[in-house]
Parts: sequence; structure tokens; C-alpha cells
Amino acid sequence: MSLPSGAQEALDTFAAASGWEQRARLLMQWGERLAPLTDEEKGEDNRVHGCESQVWLVARQDDGRWRFAAASDARLIRGLLALLLVRVEGLSSAELQQLDLPGWFNQLGLGRQLSPSRSNGLNAVLQRMAQLAAGG
Amino acid sequence: MFQPSPWRADFPAIATLQRQHQTYLDSAATTQKPQALLDALTHYYAHGAANVHRAQHLPGALATQAFEASRDKAAAWLNAGSNGQIVFTHGATSALNLLAYGLEHRLEAGEEIAVSALEHHANLLPWQQLAKRRGLKLVILPLADNGQIDLDAALQLIGPRTRVLAVSQLSNVLGTWQPLQPLLDHARAQGAVTVVDGAQGIVHGRHDVSRLGCDFYVFSSHKLYGPDGLGVLYGRNEALTRLRHWQFGGEMVQLAGYQESSFRPAPLGFEAGTPPIASVIGLGATLDYLASLDANAVTEHEAALHRHLLRGLNDREGIRLLGAPQAALASFVVEGVHNADLSHLLTEQGIAVRAGHHCAMPLVNSLGLDGAIRVSLALYNDSDDLQHFFSALDQALELLR
Repeated sequence: MSLPSGAQEALDTFAAASGWEQRARLLMQWGERLAPLTDEEKGEDNRVHGCESQVWLVARQDDGRWRFAAASDARLIRGLLALLLVRVEGLSSAELQQLDLPGWFNQLGLGRQLSPSRSNGLNAVLQRMAQLAAGG
Repeated sequence: MFQPSPWRADFPAIATLQRQHQTYLDSAATTQKPQALLDALTHYYAHGAANVHRAQHLPGALATQAFEASRDKAAAWLNAGSNGQIVFTHGATSALNLLAYGLEHRLEAGEEIAVSALEHHANLLPWQQLAKRRGLKLVILPLADNGQIDLDAALQLIGPRTRVLAVSQLSNVLGTWQPLQPLLDHARAQGAVTVVDGAQGIVHGRHDVSRLGCDFYVFSSHKLYGPDGLGVLYGRNEALTRLRHWQFGGEMVQLAGYQESSFRPAPLGFEAGTPPIASVIGLGATLDYLASLDANAVTEHEAALHRHLLRGLNDREGIRLLGAPQAALASFVVEGVHNADLSHLLTEQGIAVRAGHHCAMPLVNSLGLDGAIRVSLALYNDSDDLQHFFSALDQALELLR
């Protein structure tokens, strides 16, 4: 299955990045691509707990296709969220359930951001997505 | 000028971490271990493990001997003398829970427990939950701006209704020594049981429980270069007799029947189940190692590193220190920069520091923050560690600003 075009672009960009500094710069740039959430969307219902920073995930389905939006008050996590959203945008629940998201971050060279001792919130967001995909 | 640590080579993990380009500045969370401890653990396991206080066979006798020798070493380290005894628990948290449960039967609705506003959760939650169980009032002693307990206010708040005072010796977030002596003296005069959480304090300087005159002093082995899974509870003899037994089973029993049993006094009566034998023996080896060091040289070394740390933080623009740290550590936030971003970039550069609420959520929140970065020092750190930290900090801030 070919990657969505935004995901392919992310993969090409991050694969070419050398060193932590460039990756950090790229993460911050990608973070700026996230469309801002309204105050209403930043409500308690959309809040993902278990993060050092505040993270919100808004999810809805159009015609059986997931549409996500996300925000955080920390810049690097915004970048991680943007990289997540380009990979999952428009997937069906079945597709989302089959998707290996840790594998996706490994491909980007960002697998360490998912280690269990990290409290940056990415793991919590992935869990929330898995629940949504499972219809929970 | 380079400030080496003469003791760095005694801690083999430091060299390993260095090869992995890791600079360890999180010793307030847990410390690296001296070779002497690793040798003691290997020796114990390689020469025959055995349970303690149970068997008459030779391995059992040797293990019990080594175990009890560690108890004596811990008592000597605190200068307990004949004033009190050492109880081994499964951690400092466990020791504080032991006290909260052990003292419960002596407390009645409407009475008060006093803790400070800077307590680690381990010295807050057991008392908070005890207060809820018994309908007690939990009194929070406020802080002055420098990060020490506001002594005038505290002396007002500790009164005849105060049955327990439980305070930290050295704050794990603010790095401030607390005015223990006047607090303890006053609380004792009011008839309160006094508990000192020495988890951080024990690591920096020698402390004398006989002179402090506290009823209980608690610390955690793993923060004092010892093995984990082990807490040390010093109790004054008389205070220990006021504790009710709280965990049951193993050699804490005197006579057991199907319907009734009787229990041993301290220390064994409070060591239910098989204790962490290897860890206790290991702590003994660590204490021997620490006792062999020049205490003044260690204090000087740590103080010089701490000055270096504070100077470096103060020299940088936009850094806000939490309180006025006096020893061991410093916590800070940077204006306009999210802690999570900063800690992310420090981690990328191999700097092991801690970001978050440091198990003192009410304190961090009361400072109007949701977290902070903490740099903490140990005797094996040297000035190069701090240089690595500062250059990583500068790089991170340059990227983020």
C-alpha cells in the first residue's frame, strides 16, 4: 500500500535529516502545519492525559473515514502529532487498526520518542487512537 | 578550571554511561553504585544465599550476621547510639506508610497532622489518607519565598492539637535545608510525634538523629548509593513502642495460633516477610565505602559543583530558579520555553536530567507551574558534567527561542 502523499513527504524529509538538531528543527517546522484548534475543541473531552505537556486530539468520522486534528502547548510534540496525523488522515477504522504506528515513527528515525519511560504523550495519543479505531 | 571528582572511578556505571555519551545529573532520583556494593552483592549471591533469622545452618547464620551488621552500620551512620533502633523496610515510601498505619490507632477525629507544603508525595499521601480515614485535619505548613518552611507561621500552626509533625530535611525540588531543629523542638514540646523524611538530606552530609531528637527518621537506600528496594527507618526506642504492627507474616510473629497471635517488638516485628537481604548487605558495603571517604572533601566537592551549577543558571537569561537552592540540586524553568521541549532536546544530547513535577505536584502547582527541569548532583559528578549540561542547554535554547 502506498503512503499518503503527506506521509511520503515526511518520510523523505526525515530520512534525509542528519543529527538531532536537524530533526528538532524539522519537528518544529512540521508542528507549525497543525491547524489550530478552537477553544471549544480544547475541552476536557479531547484532552489526552499522561503527558508532560497538554495534548488534545479531536477525532471525527466522515463517510467512515477518520479526520483528526490535534494540538499541544509544546512545540516538539506538535511536530510529532503532525507526523502522526499525516499518516492516519482519512483512514477507515479497519485500516487504522492494522497500521503499525510505532513502526511509522521508527521509519522516521523517531522511534525513541515512543519508549515507555517517555512522558511526552505520544504513547497516550496512540492509545487513544487505537481505542477510537476499535470503536471504544 | 576543571574540577575532577576523586571518587568517580569508584562508580563503574559512570564510565559506561560516558561511553554511551550520557551525562548523569539525576542523582536525586537515584544514584549510581560504588564497586564496593557490586562486590558485596556478588559475594553474597556467589557464596550462598540464605534466609535470615530462621535457620540454624551455616549459610543462614552467615547471612543473618551480615544482615545484622548492616543494621549496626546504619545505626552508626545516623548516630542512633542506644537511643533507638533501625527497622528495614522496602523503601522510604514504605517506611512512611508503616508510620502512618502504625500510629493510626493513637489518633482521633479532630486532631491534627502537620506536614510542609514542599513534601514529596511519599511524605504527603500516607498522612493525607490517614487524615481521611480518621477524620483528622491535615495542616500544611507554608513556605517562605526562599523555599524554606516559614518558621514563624509553622510554630503558630503546630499546637496542642498537633499529634504528628512530618517534614522533609532537604527539599527534592527546591534544594533547601529545612529548619528542622526549631520545628522538632516545638512539636515535641506540644506532645507531637516527629517524623523526618531524610530521603534527600541523608545523601548530603552526616546527620545525627540523637542530636535532632526526632522520633523517626526515614531514608531510602538507593538514593544513598545503595541498592534499591530498601528503606531505613530509625525509631526512638520509646516511639517505636507506640507503633502498632501493620504487616503480618514471616518472622515478625512471636506465637501464632489459628485465632490469635502475638508479635515481636521492633525491629523484627516490623519486618514482615523475607526482607531484601542482599540489598541490606549491600547497603552495609556502601556505608563502609562512604565512611572511608574524607567527609569534608566530599562536602567541599559537592558545594563547589553546586555553586558552579547555580552560577551557570543565573548567568543565563530568562532562567527562573525555584526557591534558593542550598545544596545538591537546582530546579528551573525558562521563560517562554516549554519544559517538555527543553527536556526533549536535553535528552537528545545525552543529558540525563529530570523534567516534570518531581513527585511534589502540590508544591510545583503552588509555584504556578506544571513542571520544572531538575539538575541534581552526586559525589561522582565533575565540572565536565556541568559543562556538558550547559552547552546542551545553550544549544537547546538557541533552537527553541
